[in-house]
Amino acid sequence: MTDTSKSARPEPAAPPAPPAPAAAPVVAAPSAGPSARARRRRGTWGWAGTPYLFLLVPILLLVLFTYIPVGNMFWYSLTSWDGLDKTKDFVGIDNYVEVFTRPELFSVFVVSLYYLAGSFVQMALALYFATILSFSTRFRNLFKGILFFPYLINGVAIGLIFMYFFKAGGTLDTILTLIHADGLIQQWTGNPDVVNFSLAGASVWRYMGLNFVLFLGAIQSIPGQVYEAAELDGANRWHQFRYIIAPSIKPIIGLSFILAISGSLAVFEIPFIMTGGANGSTTFVIKTMSLAFQFSKVGLASAMAVVLLVIVLLLTWVQRKIVPDEKVNLT
Amino acid sequence: MSVLATKTATASKYVTLVVASLAALVPILVIVVASLKGHDELLTTGPFDAPANWLNVDNYVTAFTKGKMVQGFANTAILLLVSVTGTILIGTMAAYAIDRFTFRLKKTVVAAFLLATLVPGVTTQVATFQVINTLGLYNTRGAAIALFLGTDIVSIYIFIQFLGSIPRELDEAAVLDGANHVTIYRRIILPLLKPAIATVVIIKGIAIYNEFYIPFLYMKDTDLGVISTALYRFKGPFGAQWEVISAGVVIVIIPTLVIFLLLQRFIYNGFTSGATK
Repeated sequence: MTDTSKSARPEPAAPPAPPAPAAAPVVAAPSAGPSARARRRRGTWGWAGTPYLFLLVPILLLVLFTYIPVGNMFWYSLTSWDGLDKTKDFVGIDNYVEVFTRPELFSVFVVSLYYLAGSFVQMALALYFATILSFSTRFRNLFKGILFFPYLINGVAIGLIFMYFFKAGGTLDTILTLIHADGLIQQWTGNPDVVNFSLAGASVWRYMGLNFVLFLGAIQSIPGQVYEAAELDGANRWHQFRYIIAPSIKPIIGLSFILAISGSLAVFEIPFIMTGGANGSTTFVIKTMSLAFQFSKVGLASAMAVVLLVIVLLLTWVQRKIVPDEKVNLT
Repeated sequence: MSVLATKTATASKYVTLVVASLAALVPILVIVVASLKGHDELLTTGPFDAPANWLNVDNYVTAFTKGKMVQGFANTAILLLVSVTGTILIGTMAAYAIDRFTFRLKKTVVAAFLLATLVPGVTTQVATFQVINTLGLYNTRGAAIALFLGTDIVSIYIFIQFLGSIPRELDEAAVLDGANHVTIYRRIILPLLKPAIATVVIIKGIAIYNEFYIPFLYMKDTDLGVISTALYRFKGPFGAQWEVISAGVVIVIIPTLVIFLLLQRFIYNGFTSGATK
């Protein structure tokens, strides 16, 4: 990268640099270099290869850890590879047929629906709390901090916290006994009919804070005068929400939808730590992990991953069709 | 609105806030209480009963000494330092090249980065594992570092976004003074990107501290255990000892809590800009 230095040259008669704040200490370049190329046009002076040198490592990593895996995944999904063998036997679409015909494989996508439903609950709660905390409230920062903090906690710690919460005679059972609702006591993570509700609940607890802070940030960026004007026009709180707050946070809600969908398909830590995927709580990531690394079915696991990737891409595409938005350019 | 209605609205607002705060705090507080109880005490008392001795630190000692927590913190610290530094270097370099240069393949490069954001990391793990294995990184810290660096496109975007708001006149003035590209990058771009760097340090730092999947899958060796995997391993030997597990959980949460209390404002801003930009 050093040879680029030659193309810059010192210019003894150069006018003093315009007031460059703080960034001033510029090192003098070697006094050798030839001249006129130095300032042709903005950003285009110097050796044409310079930007590629700066991009070398980022692009290498991008190819290595995104494009090669995606490409290989498609290839593996058409084979019966076990992950170790030197040869990979081509089996056509057999793996895909298996994904769609073996109910225990496809069921992981059904499990993610619980988390998807949970993330809608989570967004509704986040929207409610963001709205009320955007108006003046006592202890506002304290409430904000308490509601957000769970999002920062280590996922393994959260898994263990909720194992204790849901275990027999644990926190939840004790609370239910205290309020004389013993009848509701369940095997929260042992009963296949209940387990996904419990786990999705833990997931809402974990992620609500992020949605809440994103919504709150968007609401607080609305200038105060807008509310004042609305109040003069006789708008009540509901009108303010409906006609001022809701429209201005539409982009962030759109983004949250994408995050909710890809998040509910990528659920891993909470079910893995709390149940290990038992009692019908196996999610996509747990299933592909055990298929690929325990049962050496890399081909089949890859086919599932391809199906998931296609689902995510389709949903993202649909979402962008529905909410064609300027700002949502990144998930 | 009548006075009564306003009062009811205000009251219900605070009631919901208090209920939500309790829902957020109680699951954590009962863990703190459990971590202060003895083994038999925990079995015979309820989760809400106060511990006999509020200053009982036995479980913390056990968690630290037998739970490999010190090693976990050391390994996490190494990963944090290397990966965060690397992310900043790579991200700022990529952003500098993309924002400040015009070159033939620019559109292709930008599209390649954009497209990659659509691929959720978890979907490709089966194949990523083979890449790591081929590179000979399996069961080394290199695996986690490579993945933390290689799959972070959000940081690059934060840097590009921020760089766009720094006037190019500064670079041009430096060119007139005879600076080369490396000098401009080091002396102008990096210092001016400080606020964006702070954002990335916070988001990335918290993400790495909390990461479980990558170290669990790629660093099976217990000596390489990070804080998450060390805590996960509590489930084995301490399976029935909730007082020790609870102490481990509290130990893991405390650094997060301290950082949060110290850097609240930066953390909120960091996550807001990290998600929307």
